[in-house]
Amino acid sequence: MVYALVGWLSFRRHSAYLAASIGATVSNTFFGFLRAYILIAVWKYKPDLGGYDVLDAITFSFLTQALIGPVQIFGGLDLAQRVRTGDVAIDLHRPADLQAWWLADDLGRAAHAFLSRGFAPLAAGWLVFGIVLPGPAQGAAFLLSLLLAVLVGFGMRYLVALAVFWIHDARGVEAIIRSCALFLSGMLMPLVAFPGAVGAVVQALPWAALIQVPADVYLGKRQGWDLLAAYAFQAGWALALLLLGRALTRAAHRRLVIQGG
Amino acid sequence: MVSTWLLLARTWTRAALQYPATLAMLSAGVVISTSLDLLTIVIVFLHVPRFGGFEPAGVMYLYGGAHIAFALSNVLIGSADRLGEHIRTGNFDTMLIRPVHPLVQLATEDFSPRKVARLVPSCLVLGWGISRLDLSPGDLLLTALMIVNGTVLFCALWVLAAAAQFVLLDAAQATHVITWGGEFTVQYPMSLYAREFLYAVTFVVPLAFVNWQPSLYVLGVPDPLGLPGFVRFLGPVATALLCLVAAAAWRTGLRHYRSTGS
Amino acid sequence: MIQLSEVSKTFPVRQKTGRLRRGRTLVTAVDKIGFEVSPGEFVGYLGPNGAGKSTTIKMLTGILSPSSGRVRVAGLDPSRRRTELALRLGVVFGQRTTLWWDLPLRDSFALIRHLYKVDQRRFAARLAELTELLDLGPFLGTPVRQLSLGQRMRGDLTAALLHSPALLVLDEPTIGLDVVSKATVREFLARINAEEGTTVLLTTHDLGDIERLCRRVMVIDHGRVAFDGTLDELRATAPADRTLIVDLAGDGVLAGLPDGVRLVRREGPRSWLAVPPDVSAASVVADVARACDVADIALREPDIEDVVTRLYRGSPAPA
Repeated sequence: MVYALVGWLSFRRHSAYLAASIGATVSNTFFGFLRAYILIAVWKYKPDLGGYDVLDAITFSFLTQALIGPVQIFGGLDLAQRVRTGDVAIDLHRPADLQAWWLADDLGRAAHAFLSRGFAPLAAGWLVFGIVLPGPAQGAAFLLSLLLAVLVGFGMRYLVALAVFWIHDARGVEAIIRSCALFLSGMLMPLVAFPGAVGAVVQALPWAALIQVPADVYLGKRQGWDLLAAYAFQAGWALALLLLGRALTRAAHRRLVIQGG
Repeated sequence: MVSTWLLLARTWTRAALQYPATLAMLSAGVVISTSLDLLTIVIVFLHVPRFGGFEPAGVMYLYGGAHIAFALSNVLIGSADRLGEHIRTGNFDTMLIRPVHPLVQLATEDFSPRKVARLVPSCLVLGWGISRLDLSPGDLLLTALMIVNGTVLFCALWVLAAAAQFVLLDAAQATHVITWGGEFTVQYPMSLYAREFLYAVTFVVPLAFVNWQPSLYVLGVPDPLGLPGFVRFLGPVATALLCLVAAAAWRTGLRHYRSTGS
Repeated sequence: MIQLSEVSKTFPVRQKTGRLRRGRTLVTAVDKIGFEVSPGEFVGYLGPNGAGKSTTIKMLTGILSPSSGRVRVAGLDPSRRRTELALRLGVVFGQRTTLWWDLPLRDSFALIRHLYKVDQRRFAARLAELTELLDLGPFLGTPVRQLSLGQRMRGDLTAALLHSPALLVLDEPTIGLDVVSKATVREFLARINAEEGTTVLLTTHDLGDIERLCRRVMVIDHGRVAFDGTLDELRATAPADRTLIVDLAGDGVLAGLPDGVRLVRREGPRSWLAVPPDVSAASVVADVARACDVADIALREPDIEDVVTRLYRGSPAPA
């Protein structure tokens, strides 16, 4: 199938940038340490904050650094650039679905990012702090959650990329959305540490599905029916965002046909 | 060199102003992302009364000082970070054939006034911290000197990071550890970190002299490493040494520069 | 203006030597090159891709420092005194612009005036002059990214000449240009060289540039100078067949071809004959005219492209 090939080619393309992966991994791992020390200071004082213990908090720091690559929390979609330059017209006239094409491409990228950049931060955290490592069942549960997180992340970045069709110069919008994503996903501070109603709200937003939920699954905080609820939460947002993306793709297509790019 | 920097920065600013809405949004993005760091600190203080042994005012003093120094250095020379990219595109060759020091050109390439926006939340935070602390005029003077010294120190780190990119090229992101990672490190009280790490950021990459050491003096807090009192004032020495290292690294990198492809 | 002696440039290259092992090998891009260019010369620098052309240019402009040997440009060691040299040097890369992408052409020029410290009066006069020569007027206010390739190249040429450099180095300036733009650029370069005495060093793959502009040609291959001389000498080094085009009157038959002359192509009454360098064209014409009824006859000198192709292939010149 063509989409499987697109995904595989994307994986291969990203494999060519070994040095870039190493550079990013060094940086991701270093920040993992800094974030761990900050959380240690908080959890030493409140050892069961948000249902986490100190080791959970430390694990959270390194795990979420490992997720930066696959979930692409800092980046956008290359599609945005193609919309900007007008090259997207070529993509839209291919006998393939634009969204599915880019989803396949993004899954290939995410798989590569996870394999190349996912393990070093965890290994460093394990060596220095002895962070939590999941058993096989837990690990499998986490991988499914990670896949859903990648889908949600793609859903959001796809919408931002298509927004370029309507917003003349979207760089500013992208910057703001990125900053918010960082905070609302739990990258800066676990969402479990957010107070009361604010905490409840941020945990219901789609960004929670990117980082906080996979981390909770990894740490074994979601078990049994609760695990299914976590999946349902992620899958629900993924579906909603992807459907919205489809609607937007159709609108973009119409716009392109009318205005000729 | 200064006048050339100003000229190039002004020209790029004019180019950026052609898209005022984008510039406003980008500036807002910068302010928001900096403010979210602050929100993180606020959340920390919801749970703990003291962070790294400091009350909110002390933490904000450290945070503000660190961020102002970093923001200033970022305005001055932060774009040097993109050397790897300029080498890949061949743009760096163009810089080398102009009669201006390549670092000045790197520093101003694509200069955007949005970087200045970073200063807004940082200054507010430092102001708030100072208003809560009982500082003497001497302390305030020392604070100003600390920021100047911190700015120069960060500038040296940008140059060092750029020099490393001559070798690292595609792995340029690893150099973020000493620049963006440096900012992240010094924005919190360093007493949070492990002793080994603290030694490393004092004696290897002297980040502790951006704000930590002088702040210990201003805030009247003992050094967790127990270093003697005169170390609080060694900032300029550390900065001077780092500048020498950065200059040597830059020169070595440039000598070994191999232009790309055709 | 330019002096190179025994100049080499080697790059260490990491290569896979085994399944996991990696060895470092030295690749020699330029191998003990030596040549001189005097003020006022117009020199074409030719060579196939990867021959060391760009590496030489980059050493001349101070972008790369040589691994060994001595380079002097305008009396300066380029890599050590790059900034000083930049003031006496104009450089144009055909593949990329030295202008600022987002700035209007006029602002780019104003910046260059400051960077090169050209005083306002001289700058105004020079810009007016170049604007007229290159017809920049219509797009002076356009950001560089919106210019066509030809317009951009004219902008780049102006930028390189605003400070009236003594030496102009051009790396494939006509690449990708349409016929009209090419002609404009060539005419302009010839004029700058003739009227202002600017020394010009030009690398190109377009032999039309060489034929139209260069009194002296250097061919570099495998990092060494394979040829250095005039265009005519170049032709003589690797002589190629001339072509005789014969139109017969009526439906006569071509006859009387002397030994060594081959019939290459035939279309209706027209025939193309290949005349080897050692056969006199005049005698061939005489022979053919004697043997059959000729309506018209024309002789074409060998294409410089044929010559250079043979030189690149290293085919030995017949004695």
